[in-house]
Amino acid sequence: MTHLAGTLEIEPRTLPSKGKVGMLTLIAAESAIFVIFVIAYLFYAGKSLSGPTTAILRPPIFFTICLLSSSFTVHLAVGALRRGRWAPFVGWWVLTFTLGALFLIGTGLEWKHLIGEGLTIRANLLGTTYYSLVGLHALHVLVGLVLLGAVTVFALLRKVGQAQAEKVDVLSLYWHFVDAVWVVVFTVVYVVGR
Amino acid sequence: MTTQSETWPTTESARRPWVDELQQWLTTVDHKRIGILYVLVAILFLVVGGIEASLIRIQLIRAGNDFLGPQTFNQLFTLHGTTMIFFVAMPLMFGFANYLVPLMIGARDMAFPRLNAFSLWLTVSGGFLLYYSLVGGYGLYGAGSAPDVGWFAYAPLTSKTFSPGHSTDYWTLALLVSGFGSIATAINIITTVLCLRCPGMTLGKMPLFVWLSVAMAILAILAIGPLTAAQAMLMIDRYLGGHFFDTQAGGSAVLWMHFFWVFGHPEVYVLVIPAFGIASEVIPVFSRKAIFGYPIMVGASLAIAFISISVWAHHMFTVGMTPAGNTFFVLSTMAIAVPTGIKIFNWLATMWGGRIEFRTPMLFCVAFLFQFLLAGLTGVMLSAAPFNWQLSGSYFVVAHFHYVIVGAILFCAFAAFYYWYPKVTGRMLSETLGKLHFWLFVVGFHLTFDTMHVPGLLGMPRRIYTYETGRGWEGWNAVVTVGAVIQGVAIVIFVINLARAALKGPKAGNDPWDAWTLEWSTTSPPPEYNFATLPVVRSRRPLWDLKHPEDPDWKYE
Amino acid sequence: MLDFASQGIGSVWATAPGVPLSPTNIFAPASTPAESIHQLALFILVVTAAIFLVVFTLLTFAVVRFRRRPGDPSGEPPQVYGSQQIELAWTIIPVLIVVVLFLSTSRVIFELQQPPRPPGAVVVTAIGHQFWWEYRYPGLKVVTANELHVPISDPARPTPTFLELWSADTDHSFWVPRLAGKTDLIPNRRNEMWIEPREPGLYLGQCAQYCGTQHAKMLLRVYAHTPEDFERWVKAQALPAKEDPSVARGRRIFETTSCVNCHTVVGTAASGRFGPDLTHLMSRETLASGVVPNNRESLRRWLENPSAIKPGALMPPMGLAADELDAMTDYLSSLH
Repeated sequence: MTHLAGTLEIEPRTLPSKGKVGMLTLIAAESAIFVIFVIAYLFYAGKSLSGPTTAILRPPIFFTICLLSSSFTVHLAVGALRRGRWAPFVGWWVLTFTLGALFLIGTGLEWKHLIGEGLTIRANLLGTTYYSLVGLHALHVLVGLVLLGAVTVFALLRKVGQAQAEKVDVLSLYWHFVDAVWVVVFTVVYVVGR
Repeated sequence: MTTQSETWPTTESARRPWVDELQQWLTTVDHKRIGILYVLVAILFLVVGGIEASLIRIQLIRAGNDFLGPQTFNQLFTLHGTTMIFFVAMPLMFGFANYLVPLMIGARDMAFPRLNAFSLWLTVSGGFLLYYSLVGGYGLYGAGSAPDVGWFAYAPLTSKTFSPGHSTDYWTLALLVSGFGSIATAINIITTVLCLRCPGMTLGKMPLFVWLSVAMAILAILAIGPLTAAQAMLMIDRYLGGHFFDTQAGGSAVLWMHFFWVFGHPEVYVLVIPAFGIASEVIPVFSRKAIFGYPIMVGASLAIAFISISVWAHHMFTVGMTPAGNTFFVLSTMAIAVPTGIKIFNWLATMWGGRIEFRTPMLFCVAFLFQFLLAGLTGVMLSAAPFNWQLSGSYFVVAHFHYVIVGAILFCAFAAFYYWYPKVTGRMLSETLGKLHFWLFVVGFHLTFDTMHVPGLLGMPRRIYTYETGRGWEGWNAVVTVGAVIQGVAIVIFVINLARAALKGPKAGNDPWDAWTLEWSTTSPPPEYNFATLPVVRSRRPLWDLKHPEDPDWKYE
Repeated sequence: MLDFASQGIGSVWATAPGVPLSPTNIFAPASTPAESIHQLALFILVVTAAIFLVVFTLLTFAVVRFRRRPGDPSGEPPQVYGSQQIELAWTIIPVLIVVVLFLSTSRVIFELQQPPRPPGAVVVTAIGHQFWWEYRYPGLKVVTANELHVPISDPARPTPTFLELWSADTDHSFWVPRLAGKTDLIPNRRNEMWIEPREPGLYLGQCAQYCGTQHAKMLLRVYAHTPEDFERWVKAQALPAKEDPSVARGRRIFETTSCVNCHTVVGTAASGRFGPDLTHLMSRETLASGVVPNNRESLRRWLENPSAIKPGALMPPMGLAADELDAMTDYLSSLH
């Protein structure tokens, strides 16, 4: 059963890449999860019956800059890989990893400070919603770092070249998502929710 | 060919040791085998859920019955609801989509075959976890305890205070795990349809089943996340001292309801939308006419999917929302009736002027039309908030949603079984047993679910393990129970039909129904690679074009 | 003591307008909110029934008329792909129906959720517990449990009852179908509903939101009185507990066992809030929120082991000896 359409011209078309579509759909699903945590945070803003208030929150400006610039660096990395330039790719990629790791360290330091001030996940509604939302994001950063790290290892083993650029680009989409989520979380927690 | 015959399934049975065969099935990444496994899992849990329902019905056959105590009863209705939705209806629909979508778009497999297998096994693990609660609920060395908080697990009944032990956690974990599988399947379906269509198949030329699978997947992507989030919050409350739903700390029980129903309402559309897809394939073929109004059908389906995200609080009309809030959800819920009605009319118009053949698939679809009409209308009654204040939480609601889930979704699923079984197995199901199954099931279904509306109207709430005499509920409940028995018999006949035909059914050939979509252009069962050459299509019914070269569809589309 | 056994049930049947199917029939309204809902329900039923008849007829016609017959020509019937006009028609008509239904519904929503509160209105705070109902009449200094007493209302001098709904533990729902639609009782949330019965009688219902093991037995009994009878009931309920020296032993056992941690008997040392107020226990017709009749035998059985009557009830058996049980039963039976 060959040409069911007989002889005719089919309009040429390019279908989107599987990796991109798959990752974007995953991002949509993950966004739905984050939206609920954001809603819970905003719903409970100011409603804690006791315990620390948002006065003790310190906006992590430096670490935010780190994370958001890592979007830029990962973009440069992918661009370099697409042009087949291994060394700049690895350079920007490792810088991305470092910036992401710095962000996580910053989150840890912030939490240490907040716990010292008496804000724990069980302290009050603020504690529950803050650690859950920021923690969920940090978990996604961690997963991203694991994946970035794996690619770094493969790259150093010379297994990542121009042919893998598409896949690496798909992974960078995830990283951009993580950064975009942070923009939302930062705004909700440190700007709107205060 | 010979080197391949050891690993590719072919119609000639290779004499392989059964252990090998089993291993092939357990490690398969072939969408067809995964689809079959999903369906087998669904049938297994259908029987389990049916037994649970039967026990419930025996207990309720008369007032003050002591066949079951309250603890057991409460576990049974929780397990029944959770099982039927998450481990029967969803796997069934995912199974059909998995099997059919690649074939219908002329593709080799789904976009991510290994992710596909992973989704299947996540679902199976979820089911296992739910039932493991029977032994593990209070820890291995204590008596086990299944969850008893209802399938929607309202807070704060699910807090550690009111649900000590682990029974609730098994509910939560089972659904978290299978939820990840469902999201992965949805990702797979969307990617497959967007990226793997054969040449000539624009989005406007896909079979409606494919469109509706995409709509289902989009809804799953948007709806399952909220459930995952809410369940994570519940676990944080139960184990990390969180206060998301802790009313003693200022938390809100209503917030759980909002989060759950933001998932829960689209979820039922995730279940019914593929049923629409099945009807949209079967009705045209057995009416011998193209579907009436294809573009409108696509538009209406997408409209239903998107509107369904805005109706959720119609499950919460009694929680004391403001009049404005209640009014909004009345409007959105009534609005969804419009595209739904449009679809019914389009199916009607498809049959109109046709030459209808009442083979078993069509019988189930015709019953679906009548039953879905009624279910939709009881839905309109429920959408009117003040009327809802009487009807909600009663057996009227139970009757309504079973009318949809059994009367519409399960009936379409049966139609799908009878329609595509020949393609999957290469053999025809028995038409005699099929008709017997159909008529018995119709009688049992109506006896149970038509009658069930009445106790609701007479004030009988749901989720009660027993009821008082003198409320006027007994006779009706007895009739409901009798209908359940009849349905059980019909299911047994169905399973016998499936098994017998696999061994002794007459050979089906490629295209036993004289149908028009791509899956009928390949062998029954299809080879592992689906199509020997990549199909190229020009219209929505490529096989119609082939069979009617003087009058092809592409002249009219 | 006001005797409802004969008057209550009988009057329910008498007032159910020709529909003796059930004392909880939503189509036998006996109070203003239930009546409003009933009107709306009938309207919606008529509309949906009409839709059902039309579409049912069309479907049946199609299924009969267009089935394949032996005499049919061979080949396929004419293929019709769609029709813009028909699609428009069966879009517009449903939209109009939806508009009509929506407008009539929203009118009733506002009417029922924003009722006027006349000066004679009775205000009751209802608190849901696992598995019983607590009623407090703040203005009248009455606290009781499980059996709600309200006055009937006269259009000339309306005396509806407004219920403030709270919960002490999980979600519950107050549903007495002949009096009103249900409204939930949710912890950490204040809800409101109202009823306005017109005929004296006993109105039945039960909890309608799954709340745990004994959800099924959290029954509701609402007694509607003439204004005079209601006054009398209130006066009797506002008095402290009757003192009867002949049951002193039982009272001592009551006050020295942990009963007092959960129950209140006004005028004694017992002031617990976890369980029902027992000051006028004998004024109630039933025990355990409607589950058993209030007589000596049921009372004694309940005291011996509540879970024998209502498995999962939160009151524990107190482990009393037989003669202590008798004395306690005597004491409680004196609380008229």
